[in-house]
Amino acid sequence: MNNAIPITQLDYRTVLTDAEISEIEHECEQYEIRPAAAIDALQIVQSHRGWIDDESLNAIADCLQMSSAELEGVATFYNHIYRQPVGKHVIHLCDSISCWLHDFQIIADHLSDKLGIQFGQTTEDGNITLLPNVCLGCCDKAPAMMLDGELVENLNIASVDEILDKLRGGSNG
Amino acid sequence: MDKPLTANLDINNPQNLTAYQSTGGYKGFQNALKISPSDVQQQVKDAELKGRGGAGFNTGMKWSFVPMGEDAPKHKYLICNADEMEPGTFKDRMLMEGSPHLLVEGMMIAAYAIGADVAYIFLRGEYKLCAQRLQAAIDQAKEAGLLGDNIQGTGYSLKLYLHTSAGRYICGEETALINALEGKRANPRAKPPFPQVVGLFGQPTIVNNCETLCNLPGILRQGVAWYKGLSESVDTGSKIYGISGRVKKAGLWELPMGVTARQILDLAGGMQDGLTLRGWLPGGASTDFLMPEHLDIPMEYDAIGKAGSRLGTGGIIALDDQHCPVGMILNLLKFFAQESCGWCTPCRDGLPWAVEILTRIEMGQGSQDDIDTLQKLCGFMWIGKTFCALAPGAVEPLRSGMKYFADDFQQHIDHKGCPHQH
Ligand SMILES: Cc1cc2nc3c(=O)[nH]c(=O)nc-3n(C[C@H](O)[C@H](O)[C@H](O)COP(=O)(O)O)c2cc1C
Ligand code: SF4
Ligand code: FES
Repeated sequence: MNNAIPITQLDYRTVLTDAEISEIEHECEQYEIRPAAAIDALQIVQSHRGWIDDESLNAIADCLQMSSAELEGVATFYNHIYRQPVGKHVIHLCDSISCWLHDFQIIADHLSDKLGIQFGQTTEDGNITLLPNVCLGCCDKAPAMMLDGELVENLNIASVDEILDKLRGGSNG
Repeated sequence: MDKPLTANLDINNPQNLTAYQSTGGYKGFQNALKISPSDVQQQVKDAELKGRGGAGFNTGMKWSFVPMGEDAPKHKYLICNADEMEPGTFKDRMLMEGSPHLLVEGMMIAAYAIGADVAYIFLRGEYKLCAQRLQAAIDQAKEAGLLGDNIQGTGYSLKLYLHTSAGRYICGEETALINALEGKRANPRAKPPFPQVVGLFGQPTIVNNCETLCNLPGILRQGVAWYKGLSESVDTGSKIYGISGRVKKAGLWELPMGVTARQILDLAGGMQDGLTLRGWLPGGASTDFLMPEHLDIPMEYDAIGKAGSRLGTGGIIALDDQHCPVGMILNLLKFFAQESCGWCTPCRDGLPWAVEILTRIEMGQGSQDDIDTLQKLCGFMWIGKTFCALAPGAVEPLRSGMKYFADDFQQHIDHKGCPHQH
């Protein structure tokens, strides 16, 4: 009778910071039910922590009164919720049609070469993560990327080099 | 021609509330408040505004399915679909960045017309600048008493919230969008019931495209006759048309409904030097290819439909002769395969299969059987075989591309390679 699986009760307040909680609560006010703030809450916590680890995921689920499994289904659904650690800087290069017509592959190969990583990987020093992205809505200024949340348009080899120099300079002093 | 969508649009420095009001802003909403919701619906129906989200359904008609009156549910919702993730489409971004108050006013009018008490803007997360500017516009409108409880003593109350998504194409499908807003995994819902009756949180809900909503202030301010006079086409009003690809000057233009693709291509300065046009998608990635000989067909819903494609979002993608049609179709199908939500088998399995075959053909390892299999897949994923319109949308450029570029496919197979890659 005593061999029931013990359930560890998690209290999200011990995991999430006050700032995170208050931002999440603000979002909850917009909806009729707390789970509706799922994607907002994931984005909030990610903005503080860089990515969503299992502990954060469980805490957010607890905070929103939904199951972790349900929240995991939401978190893994979106291209911009990271369930694995990412670098200090994240580059999302558009690989959709208008950028393809502007030979984004040349930019993609150049990025891979210069950083010494494939798409989906992070540089060894943890500085830069390289990811593909679907159309960024910059099709008239292709090729385009999203760098740390900002759209950068009309890419060419020179402008990409400039961006990389800046990102590396910023981290290596 | 008047340009109600872009006359006061400024990407660098969008109008704030005062500037917007000084050019007639919020007059449309004021006019709406003076008449009954059903009269607003009637005006929009009479204006024959068609939804700009792709399907082209009459907006006023769509609203008329929402229960109205005393017995209607207490809560109803209006949602602006600003997920804009269809490759080759960038019109809503310009409208929101350059004229945020126009969208906010359009939403107020639509919300009033259907008796909604809460409205959401469902914005794709990558549009950070849109988010900032929309939130500023919402805050200003709230402060001015244009949003909130008992707006200007009329007894009508409306809350407007901005929701930023985190990147997934299927969220643009209106029932998937509703699931996303509820915090669920964004698979589409079965219809019926239709969202107009059972939508967000089980309440009546209208989902309208951003550009559709931006048309409303003009209609309410300047009237049905004026609106219909904007175009000489069977489709009324003006439209944000765009073009991307290897043209001289890609971009967006507000033009009367029903101009030709040739006019749009001319505005873009034609193809880049040394390139010729081989084919074009009229309205985003999920529309059938048309050919250069179709350039003089008016860009209106029926005419483009008769030519075998769809007006879609009105964002043309131009294929030049230096790029491989098979490669282009492969790129498009990769997008749809990645963004499939995985709910139904024909799409979840069919799209990666199509990608596999197209990759083989592009690499010079394709066979005649592959062509037959692709044709079959087009049938398996067509309307009625899948749970939502994503897969049929993916089939459109595939089936038409195989028809118009049959010689290119054959060349890949016969010569065991892509003629565009040396
Ligand atoms: C896979 C898929 C993605 C869609 N994405 C969008 C979108 O990003 N924006 C949009 O307005 N409509 C999109 N739609 C169409 C919507 O389902 C819906 O028809 C539209 O928002 C209705 O607005 P309207 O009546 O104003 O045109 C999409 C449809 C499908 C099937
Ligand atoms: S057609 Fe594709 S996107 Fe639509 S429900 Fe089926 S699997 Fe999901
Ligand atoms: S295709 Fe790259 S931004 Fe649209």
